[in-house]
Amino acid sequence: MIADQFPALNQKVNNRELVYLDSAATTQRPKRVIEAINRFYQQEGANVHRGAHELSRRATDLFEDSRKVLAESINAESREFVFTKGCSEAINLAAYSWGLANLNSGDRVLVSTMEHHSNLVPWQLVAEHAGASVEPIPVTDDVLLDLDALEAQLKKGAKLVAVKHVCNVSGTVNPIKEICLLAHEHDAVVVVDGAQSLAHCAVDVKDLDADFYALAGHKAYGPMGIGGLYVRWSILKDMKPWQGGGGMIRKVSFDGTTFAEPPERFEAGTPNVGGAVGFAEAVRFIQDLGIETIAQEERVLNKFAESELSALGIETIGGDPNKAGILSYNVDAIHPHDFGTICDQFGVAIRAGHHCCMPLMKRLGLAASARASLGVYNSKHDIIVMIEAIKEARKIFG
Amino acid sequence: MLQELYQEVIIDHGKSPRNSGVLEKATHEAEGYNPYCGDEVHLTVVVKDGVIVDLKFEGQGCAISQASASMMTEAVKGKNVEEAKAIFKRFHDALMSREDPDYDALDELASLTGVKDYPSRIKCATLAWHCLEDALEGQDA
Repeated sequence: MIADQFPALNQKVNNRELVYLDSAATTQRPKRVIEAINRFYQQEGANVHRGAHELSRRATDLFEDSRKVLAESINAESREFVFTKGCSEAINLAAYSWGLANLNSGDRVLVSTMEHHSNLVPWQLVAEHAGASVEPIPVTDDVLLDLDALEAQLKKGAKLVAVKHVCNVSGTVNPIKEICLLAHEHDAVVVVDGAQSLAHCAVDVKDLDADFYALAGHKAYGPMGIGGLYVRWSILKDMKPWQGGGGMIRKVSFDGTTFAEPPERFEAGTPNVGGAVGFAEAVRFIQDLGIETIAQEERVLNKFAESELSALGIETIGGDPNKAGILSYNVDAIHPHDFGTICDQFGVAIRAGHHCCMPLMKRLGLAASARASLGVYNSKHDIIVMIEAIKEARKIFG
Repeated sequence: MLQELYQEVIIDHGKSPRNSGVLEKATHEAEGYNPYCGDEVHLTVVVKDGVIVDLKFEGQGCAISQASASMMTEAVKGKNVEEAKAIFKRFHDALMSREDPDYDALDELASLTGVKDYPSRIKCATLAWHCLEDALEGQDA
């Protein structure tokens, strides 16, 4: 059983076996990832790049080897992969470095209506600074991006398209390759929020032809506090620093400072080496299982869950036939927070709320929803326990 | 356990809130909002000679937040401002204390004390009360 490899899953909650269905918020970590992080702190624990000693050399090797593993896993070059503290910071880097330098008064930024706040708010902040406008790209009732509308918006002229790869509410897998093709025809760059993708589908940034692709370690079986930003080299090489500090400079003086080449130019301060090591180990874990196998099994479990819910008259949000394992739904008029509390009494961990996607929820006419999201450790049994909680909720709220 | 949290009286108040709506001639009003869960309460109050002569609320959110708002309107209507504040303090202390609350003193509000066992839900039960505090502290309209 894969679940046996995850120590945190082996516990009781409210006297029931834990059923973890909140992987879209954060996946749990397999033992090998936790051990890799521990190993770094027990055997090296030194700073990178600067120390003139053995432990520092080893820490530097581990850090750069991790970068290589992560970059190669999405078919990028190491020099195109900047470590960040997460996906939000990765998008903020794109906004504050590329956005501030390239967005001007009157420019238009197109952001999909289904975006997580982390791929919307940074663009609002930077656009306000630049005098640019942020416009929503519409989505259909099925939470599919309206590509015709996007094309019409691009024809009017836009500098940037911000879109997520996998939707954390509906599980929609957006056609990133098609979106990049369209955007590039109209000279717009594409910033992809890949927070949900690594654990659910293959990512090849060269094949997708994305300009920016942001990643989160903790949503792909890695630790919290580490992520990364891929930027196409032809763009990255000319980008200006967004944060200053140690490690990102070439020469510093009061007469003027020059900066290191990317990716170091964007990695001010001591990096999260243990996090990078853990993130790389998590990607190896995914590679060992095989992303196609993971995706296939997830689709089967997702279909099972949808049919169980449907049998109770519950529809899930989103109509992408190839959706990732994310089930957002409402049980009658029961508020998702009440339902979440009832689930918790069954040991079932779900998310309730707006999922940091308030514009999408508004588009769907919902204040909130319950969300169950799947990971490699979930089984039909987990879905059956959740169904038990739904029946109890209906009994209570009658 | 769940039955203690979701007592029938709570479900009833959640489904059929008392004193629902907006008072046109309010002397005091306030908005309560919890950005983490989206619970909302809009409260309008008429205070005359230090007495809460009328109040109504509008809102959306979980059963606990809406039932608590509904029960609050019943608990403080006709009370003077100081009494209303004392009722909130009694209720608040009951939710925060490890000891068993004085159920008699709490009257119907006692049915909400089940949230003690669900720390993440206490803010749902207190939202409307904080909103009332804000309203009463505001200037006369």
